[in-house]
Amino acid sequence: MDELIRQLTETYGPSGFEETIRSVLRDLVAPLADEVRVTPLGSLVAVRRGTGNGRRIMLAAHMDEIGVMVTYVDEKGFLRFTPIGGVSPLTSLGARVRFENGVLGVIGSEKREDPNKVPTFEQLYIDVGATGRDDCPVRVGDAAVFERPFAAQGRRWIAKAMDDRIGCAVLVETLRRLERTPHEVHFVFSVQEETTLSGARTAAYGIEPDMAIAVDVTGTGDTPESRPMAVELGKGPAIKVQDAGMIAHPTVREWLVRAAEAAGVPYQMEVLERGTTDAAAMQLVRAGVPSGCLSIPCRYIHTPSEMVDGEDVEGAVRVLLQALQMV
Amino acid sequence: MELLKELSEAFGPSGHEKEVRQVLRRALEGYADRVWVDALGNLHALREGTGPNRLRILLAAHMDEIGLMVVGHDESGGLRVRAIGGIDDRVLPGAQVWVGSDRIPGVIGLKPVHLLEQGEDEKVVKIDQLLVDIGAKGKEEAQKWAPLGTPMVFATRFEEVGALVKGKSFDDRAGCAVLAELVRGDRLPHDLYAVFTVQEEVGLRGARVAAYANRPDCAFALEGTIADDLPKKKDVSPTSELGKGPAITVMDRSFIAHRGLLRLLVETAEALGIPYQFKQPGIGGTDSGAIHLAREGIPCGTVAVPCRYIHSPVSLLSPTDLESTVRLMRESLARLTPDVLQM
Repeated sequence: MDELIRQLTETYGPSGFEETIRSVLRDLVAPLADEVRVTPLGSLVAVRRGTGNGRRIMLAAHMDEIGVMVTYVDEKGFLRFTPIGGVSPLTSLGARVRFENGVLGVIGSEKREDPNKVPTFEQLYIDVGATGRDDCPVRVGDAAVFERPFAAQGRRWIAKAMDDRIGCAVLVETLRRLERTPHEVHFVFSVQEETTLSGARTAAYGIEPDMAIAVDVTGTGDTPESRPMAVELGKGPAIKVQDAGMIAHPTVREWLVRAAEAAGVPYQMEVLERGTTDAAAMQLVRAGVPSGCLSIPCRYIHTPSEMVDGEDVEGAVRVLLQALQMV
Repeated sequence: MELLKELSEAFGPSGHEKEVRQVLRRALEGYADRVWVDALGNLHALREGTGPNRLRILLAAHMDEIGLMVVGHDESGGLRVRAIGGIDDRVLPGAQVWVGSDRIPGVIGLKPVHLLEQGEDEKVVKIDQLLVDIGAKGKEEAQKWAPLGTPMVFATRFEEVGALVKGKSFDDRAGCAVLAELVRGDRLPHDLYAVFTVQEEVGLRGARVAAYANRPDCAFALEGTIADDLPKKKDVSPTSELGKGPAITVMDRSFIAHRGLLRLLVETAEALGIPYQFKQPGIGGTDSGAIHLAREGIPCGTVAVPCRYIHSPVSLLSPTDLESTVRLMRESLARLTPDVLQM
């Protein structure tokens, strides 16, 4: 799976600018699905028809990633920017960003009164090496993502945009290994999760699933002096109980628990106090959709170096494959 | 400008848009093929297209404006109020208001400068400390003239100021004027579902149901947006500027513009030499925030007339910007084909 994850995490795709990552994913899933389509907002849907007597199940992983957008180009060619999704000024300082047209930028800071204080976005700028407005290769409204190559080190994988390309990888791998299922399964690679959860919500409206599961990253409580949380890297995929945006439907939650146990995959129960996933939006569509979330534990979420454990990822694929066999 | 004047002076805080709706109904008479009002009060006007492959295009401009509402009566006859929509407490003291759609004149009371205690002039007086004075003799009279729940708006007449015009509520009566012009102009290839929405300022409520009901293929929100041309020590990122043409949204707090529609707007403007600017990304929110989420998702864009001092008693805009906005929209809609919406 290394190569798949490298390819997915290194591809450009901030919220609202998902063309490139969508086309990469489309090429991966098209040969494996019975039907592939794109929703009006740009979410990619790959359908696998079941053998009958099953449910219509929606699996969603978001293909967008956090990034930055240019708000102003000054007369010397420096760019001011605003975050796309939850970006911290702390991790922006000194970072490199890459625009869709390939241009590389470095994030710098104005002189600050107190260098020990975290800068505000207003104090930061992007330097693309331009000398003025005329030779600046990007303009207001252009978006960039953090630039960082994928690395595999032992069991751990480190990359930018693990949130949520690792979920996309789990879905692609599940589709690859899925032979027969009674269910009609809709693999959705959603857009704009990091900003407004728009992609999954609208895709769910079109699909009208009986049940929906988001596959996304979750935080961990296993690093030095971290916020307490009963999820650790390497202890298996996490089955969500609740987060800040939703409470998992008990039937969905128990279905995932039974699948993990039947497949012999170690798993953890998850309560996330901050943040949410596509499941928060999917559960509210139409008359309501029983929804849950299968999470990949991930350290350093929303930084350019997000870390996951390969066994957790493999476990997530096996849980989904098992679940899709169960009625 | 006659229509903008009438729209600007109309009484219409969120939830009380009747007068604005009446102005627009009259303005659209003879131009719209069908006009209807939905359960929430949105005014819909269909202008059918002439093309062979007609798209359903939703164009939204909100009728409602920010205002105040009576929440209590003092023994003195003064009215206690709270804000309808986003009002900056700093603009209230001393402002004049129209109380209720009968426009009872009112003044937001203010302690004279002579009586200020030390340091008091450096503090913002919060809305719950203010009284609206309608000259009532006491509590009973105040209750009779302006019962609990009576809405009010700033009392501002429309006027020309140099090459600009000033008036209240250009957010979003400017958008309403642009949209009315689009309906009244020559027919376009596509079916235009012009919707003058309610309750945008309190949560994009009208647009949400209008988008659901009309099942559009794509949509545009037409707005009066923030132009902050005040002198500043440092401005690392201007919002939009008066006189530089329509402001096009790439991303705000409520949505990200559809890239195909964004390209269409920019290419149309450049091809025809229509001035345009990008609104500073990352700030504000419009009806597009609600519309893009309707049903299976609707490709959306937002185009706005830059307006100074919005959400205050008076705003200023350039009629040239307004005309350019109408032209940019009209020409872009004429060039819109289904492949623009292809992802």
